[in-house]
Amino acid sequence: MSAIPFLAPPADSEAVVALREEFRAFLGVQLAGRSPRQRSDNWYGYDRAFSRAMGQAGYLGMTWPKAYGGHERTAFERAVVVEECLAAGAPVGAHWIADRQSGPSILKFGTDEQKDFFLPKIAGGLFSFGIGMSEPDSGSDLAATRTKAILDGDVYRVTGTKVWTSFAHEADYVILFCRTAGTAADRHKGTSQLLVDLKNTPGLTIKPIIDLAGQHHFNELHFEDAAVPANRLLGAEGQGWDQVMSELAFERSGPERFLSSIELLLQLLEVLKGRDSEAAQITIGRVTARLAVLRRLSRSVAVMLQEKQDAGLQAAIVKDVGALFEQGLPDIARELFDCEPDPRAASAYASVLANIVHNAPSWSLRGGTREILRGIIARGLGTR
Amino acid sequence: MLADMLQRLFERSLDDRAQAAARDGQWLPELWAEIEEMGLPLALLSEDQGGFGLSPAETGEALRLLGQYAMPLPVAETMAANQLLAAAGLKLAAGPAGLARADSCTVDGGWIKGTVARVAWGANLDCLALAVGDTLYRIPRAGWAVVEAGTSANFHPRPTLTIDCAIEASAPLPWCPLAGGATVRAFQTAGALEAALQMTLEHTATRVQFGKPLQKNQVVQHELAKLAGELACATAAADLAAEALSRGDLLGVAAGTLRAREAATAGASIASQMHGAIGFTREHRLHLYTTALWAWRDEFGGQVMWAKLLGQAALDAGGDGFWPMVTKL
Repeated sequence: MSAIPFLAPPADSEAVVALREEFRAFLGVQLAGRSPRQRSDNWYGYDRAFSRAMGQAGYLGMTWPKAYGGHERTAFERAVVVEECLAAGAPVGAHWIADRQSGPSILKFGTDEQKDFFLPKIAGGLFSFGIGMSEPDSGSDLAATRTKAILDGDVYRVTGTKVWTSFAHEADYVILFCRTAGTAADRHKGTSQLLVDLKNTPGLTIKPIIDLAGQHHFNELHFEDAAVPANRLLGAEGQGWDQVMSELAFERSGPERFLSSIELLLQLLEVLKGRDSEAAQITIGRVTARLAVLRRLSRSVAVMLQEKQDAGLQAAIVKDVGALFEQGLPDIARELFDCEPDPRAASAYASVLANIVHNAPSWSLRGGTREILRGIIARGLGTR
Repeated sequence: MLADMLQRLFERSLDDRAQAAARDGQWLPELWAEIEEMGLPLALLSEDQGGFGLSPAETGEALRLLGQYAMPLPVAETMAANQLLAAAGLKLAAGPAGLARADSCTVDGGWIKGTVARVAWGANLDCLALAVGDTLYRIPRAGWAVVEAGTSANFHPRPTLTIDCAIEASAPLPWCPLAGGATVRAFQTAGALEAALQMTLEHTATRVQFGKPLQKNQVVQHELAKLAGELACATAAADLAAEALSRGDLLGVAAGTLRAREAATAGASIASQMHGAIGFTREHRLHLYTTALWAWRDEFGGQVMWAKLLGQAALDAGGDGFWPMVTKL
C-alpha cells in the first residue's frame, strides 16, 4: 500500500465526451472576441454577462440538487466544464468562488432559507462571491483571526479588517471568517462564518489594494460596528474553523492550480511554429508530460472527493506541484523564444508573457502558501 | 492477494546477499523458479491469453513492488515481453525474456541478422521479443551470441547481442517494445520512490543532530514533502502510461514515461541528500534504489527520444490543438 494513495480516474464516459464537445462549442461562441492577453487573465477575468450565460446554459451549480437550481450532474462533468474554461481563458471570475466553494459550503452548512436564497442565484450566474479569510496579521496563520462578530439582538456587530479579497468591489457577498467568542489566543475555538452582503452592509467600507501590475483585483474590507443579520450565520457558532477547512478542500486541488499560465504555453506553441528546433521539441515534450500527469492527479483527487475520501494530503500535493509547474512556464518560454515582456504591447505574445510574469508570484501564495502546503504534506507523512 | 504473496517472497529472498550476487552478474535461479511458480511472468495477460485477468490496479501494484524491493532479475521485462508476444499471437517465453527494438537488423529469406544493444540479463534469457520495423520477431536463446558486456547503473548485466538465426516466428507488431518496457519501468520507478520515501522518513526520524531528529527541522520536512510530490507524480505517470499503452497511444506512454523519469531524478536526489553520507554507501540499502532509478530513467528509449516524440506532436497541434491533445493523453 502506498503512503499516498491516489485513485485512478475513470475513463471518460460517453456523457462526459459529449459534454466536452458541447461545452467547447459554447465557449467558442462566448469567447470569440477575447484576445490572448485577456485570456491570459485566466480565472481573474471578470465578466458578469459571461457568468450569466454559463448559468443560463446550466454550467453552474452543476452537482447541486435541482431543488436549489442545480443540475445533479457528477463531479466529473463539473470538472470538464471547469478545466475547459481555464484552458480557453474564459472570464470566470464573477462566478468562480461562488461555484467552487461558497455555494458548496452553503449547501453543506446553510439553513434552508439560506440555501433557497443563495444557491439558485449562484447557479444562475447572478451572484458573485469573494473570500473573507485573510487579515493584516493573519495570513497563513488563519487561526489568529481577530475580526470580531458580537451577537446583539438580531444582528452581529462586526469589527475588523479582511485583506486580499478578490473582486470585493464587484461581488455581492463574502463568507466572512471571524471570531464570535474569545480572542486570537483561543485559536480555532470561538470562530464562525457569516454571509456578508458587500453592497448593503452599513459600517463596511471596501478599499482597493493595487497589485504590482497595477491591477485592481484585491481589496481591503473594513468593518466598523457593521451590522450583519443574525440569520446570516453560516452553520454553527464556534464551528468556523472546521467549516473553513472544509471550504479550503474545495479550493486546493482543482485544475486552476496548474493551468494559470496555460495561455502563455498556447501562445508559445504559436510563435514556435515552423521553427523546427530540437530544443523546442524536447522542452515542449517535457512540459506536456508534466501537464498531463498533473491533470491526472487532479482528476484523481476529484474521484476521492466524490467518494467522500479524505484527500487533504493529495490536494496539497497537487497544489504544490501544480504551482511550480505554472510558475515555471515563463522561464521555459524564455529559454525557447526571445521576447521582451511588454504589458501594453499589441503583440499577443509579449503582452501575455508580461501578464504571466507579473501574476506568477501569487500562485504559490493564494489558497495556502507553498510553505504551508509542504507543512501539511509533511504532517500527512507522519513527521510531526 | 498477489501483492501479499509477492511481498512475502521478496522479503524472504531479496536480502543483501542476493542483491550483491546480482550485482556481480550472478543469476538467482531459486528466486526465478519461485517467481515463475507464482505465475508473475503472465501477470499482464488476459484470461483469454492464458493469464489471470488481473485488474490494472493489481498489475500496477505488482510492478510497483518489483521497484519497491529493487528486484534485480528481469521480471518486469519478462512480463512486458509476454504481454507483447501474447498480443501478437506468438508463443510465450518459457523463462525470462527481454524486449527490444532494433531497426538496423536485416531480414532476408527467413533469416534475421543484426545487433541489439544493452539487453537486461541478455545471456540468461529464454527468448527475446524483437521489433524490426512493423514486425515482431520471437528470437530464441540459441539465436544470439553475447558480444559485449554492458552494465546498468545499478550493476546488472546489459550485454549487447548479435542475432544470427532462422526466423522462428513473427507477426505484425502490436506496439513498440520500447513503449511496453518504458511503461513497466515507470511502475518500477514509482515503487523505488515509495521505498526511498519510507527510508528517508525513517532515517530523518531516527537520526539525531543538534539534539533533535532531523525531521524536526522545517527545511527537512519540506524536502520530504517534495519527495512525496515526486512519488505521487511517478505513480500517476505510470498509470497514465499503462492506460495509454492499452489504447495503443504512444503519446500517452511518452507523457507517462517522461514524468516518471523526471520523478526518478528529483526523488533520488532528495532521498540521497536527506540521508547524508550514509546514503552514499553500500552499507545502507538506499543505494539499491538510487542506482536503480539512475539506470531505469534512461532505458527503453532515452529521455530525448520520448520528449521529441511528444514535443513534436504538441508543436504540430499548435495553440489551437494543444489542449484537445492533452485531454486525450
